[in-house]
Amino acid sequence: MTGTDEKVHLTREHCLDLLRQMVRIRRFEEKCAELYSGQKIRGFLHLYIGEEAVAAGTMQALKPDDAVVATYREHGHALARGLAMGPVMAEMYGKVNGASRGRGGSMHIFDRGKRFLGGNAIVGGGLPLAVGLALADKMQGRDRVTACFFGEGAVAEGEFHESLNLAALWKLPVLFLCENNLYAMGTALDRSESQTDIHLKAASYNLPSRQVDGMDVVAVEGAAREAAASVRRGAGPFFLEFRTYRFRAHSMFDAQLYREKEEVEQWKENDPIPRFADWAQQADLLHPADKEAIEASVQAELAEAVAFAEAGAWEPVEDLQKFVTMDEVPA
Amino acid sequence: MNGDGTAAPRLRLTYRDAVREAIRDALTRDERVFLMGEDVGRYGGCYAVSKGLLAEFGEDRIRDTPLSESAFVGAGIGAALNGMRPIVEVMTVNFSLLALDQIVNNAATIPHMSGGQFAVPLVIRMATGSGRQLAAQHSHSLEGWYAHIPGLKILAPATLEDARGMLWTAIEDPNPVLIFENVQLYDMEGELPADAGPVDITRAAIRREGKHASVVTFGGSVPKAVAAAETLAGEGVDVEVVDLRSLRPLDDATIMASVAKTHRVLVVDEGWRSGGLSAEVSARINEQVFYELDAPVARLAGVEVPIPYPKHLEDASVPQADTIAAALREMVGRR
Ligand SMILES: Cc1ncc(C[n+]2csc(CCOP(=O)(O)OP(=O)(O)O)c2C)c(N)n1
Repeated sequence: MTGTDEKVHLTREHCLDLLRQMVRIRRFEEKCAELYSGQKIRGFLHLYIGEEAVAAGTMQALKPDDAVVATYREHGHALARGLAMGPVMAEMYGKVNGASRGRGGSMHIFDRGKRFLGGNAIVGGGLPLAVGLALADKMQGRDRVTACFFGEGAVAEGEFHESLNLAALWKLPVLFLCENNLYAMGTALDRSESQTDIHLKAASYNLPSRQVDGMDVVAVEGAAREAAASVRRGAGPFFLEFRTYRFRAHSMFDAQLYREKEEVEQWKENDPIPRFADWAQQADLLHPADKEAIEASVQAELAEAVAFAEAGAWEPVEDLQKFVTMDEVPA
Repeated sequence: MNGDGTAAPRLRLTYRDAVREAIRDALTRDERVFLMGEDVGRYGGCYAVSKGLLAEFGEDRIRDTPLSESAFVGAGIGAALNGMRPIVEVMTVNFSLLALDQIVNNAATIPHMSGGQFAVPLVIRMATGSGRQLAAQHSHSLEGWYAHIPGLKILAPATLEDARGMLWTAIEDPNPVLIFENVQLYDMEGELPADAGPVDITRAAIRREGKHASVVTFGGSVPKAVAAAETLAGEGVDVEVVDLRSLRPLDDATIMASVAKTHRVLVVDEGWRSGGLSAEVSARINEQVFYELDAPVARLAGVEVPIPYPKHLEDASVPQADTIAAALREMVGRR
């Protein structure tokens, strides 16, 4: 259930969908880690494990013709946005049947049909783009929202401040979605920001700004729906800060010297997947058998995605320079 | 020519007027076009290029931006990705450095990196070059840097006709196009037919025919090269002037044809010599028509110094008509 409703309707069906989206991301990411060890996936790989509630919850508030701009930690956003798992996995492999013909890899997933515009590996680099996408919508009188995801590390970049200012000044339909997982690589938030309450910082640009428990998928969805509705009403941009945590290393090259194991364990007790599943079960919205059914169907989807990636071809070297410049603007 | 066979009347105007006419024309032709940048509206543009356009087209299409090069250049890219045809003005090339991330990491990469799913039909205009005693943070020529980047197209209009005609063709191009307007050209006066319109943006142009030597150059150095050629004509040396017009891609064919005709070539570039555009052009000539050469390829480039403020030092920092003439004399003297 995606769309413009301002309230979350926790039907059984909707709960199944939320759980399913989070499990899809979790299992996909675990598979990626495994495939990385097997050297099927190379380069940088940034896993989203622990943060699934943010992507799964926020995407509920978006319509198909809204746009999404994300970071290099975007597999979860791509899947939750509705990209098929096969092309996302093939992109990890670098195969030509990948979402971006394999050219971007883990950090640069694009999908024109889903209006998924990357996959940006420059911290803060996606924010100006989101502002421009929203500007075009506003100028053309289209009722669309651009959702822009970024980590709290981006808050220290100039592009963050320039973009919030411009979006607020011009009242553009941007949903700024800050995934505050407390660390930018190895730098803890309080070692890089004079003001660690990020939503307060955003509020200084004169736009509505909230802090949300990013480990609670229902809270995430509720906040996202309210924010998106405000943006759709023409009230200008909205800022949401999700307090969340990544359970894994920053990327595959990270010994995690900068945080204590106990801290990680503590956050894991707040794992968004069991937290939601247990709650929904207690509320009689989900049954014990549902979890198994979801796991089974996700495993099947994952097996298919891996097979799709394995079967994919490598882009021929002759096509290396194809699309460096374009012959036309795709319709 | 008009439909009835009579020539269109000719208008007297400056290069600045020609750019303004080009912008006005683009805004009139296509509703998706808008101009955005610092002080393009109420102030009228820091080089007065967009003066009057706000009154004519309104605030929605002539957008004053905050001082935030990265955000508004990036917003131009985003708007281009989403159906608009923005013209983004950056006051000078020096300030464009604050938007390098957006230009190099986004505009130039997204079409290829997305596997051809997205195009960035964007035009970025900026002032470049020395000559106004604006010292070392407003006077540089960094076209060569941008010409290094695959995915971008780089234009350097050096004539009124190109100032008037390149913009629309650039807007119609599906790729990010950077147009460099040399500040020494803004006041250049001349005539254009009243119906002057779009021009090709792929070919170099011969600005003066000659048979003894070629000067290959672009932008603000073109009028200087033509003046030098006139001087040498008085000394019996017939110099051909090639205006590159497009710095990326380079029109190798026109360059090589000229070299094959004159057998001597001087590459003139206001930018610095080391690793610059003159090095690139020179290397291509050596690679492609070495055996046509009667003398080594010569280069005259900017002196490797941050451009200083005093006029005599500023003038000494970049090629001038007299230094171009001197370099040509030395080259043909070897005949
Ligand atoms: C402009 C820039 N500087 C540095 C980096 C290297 N880098 C990659 S991810 C990262 C940390 C970003 O942290 P955050 O924004 O909080 O996102 P997270 O990785 O936690 O999701 C850094 C410093 C980069 N990619 N881009």
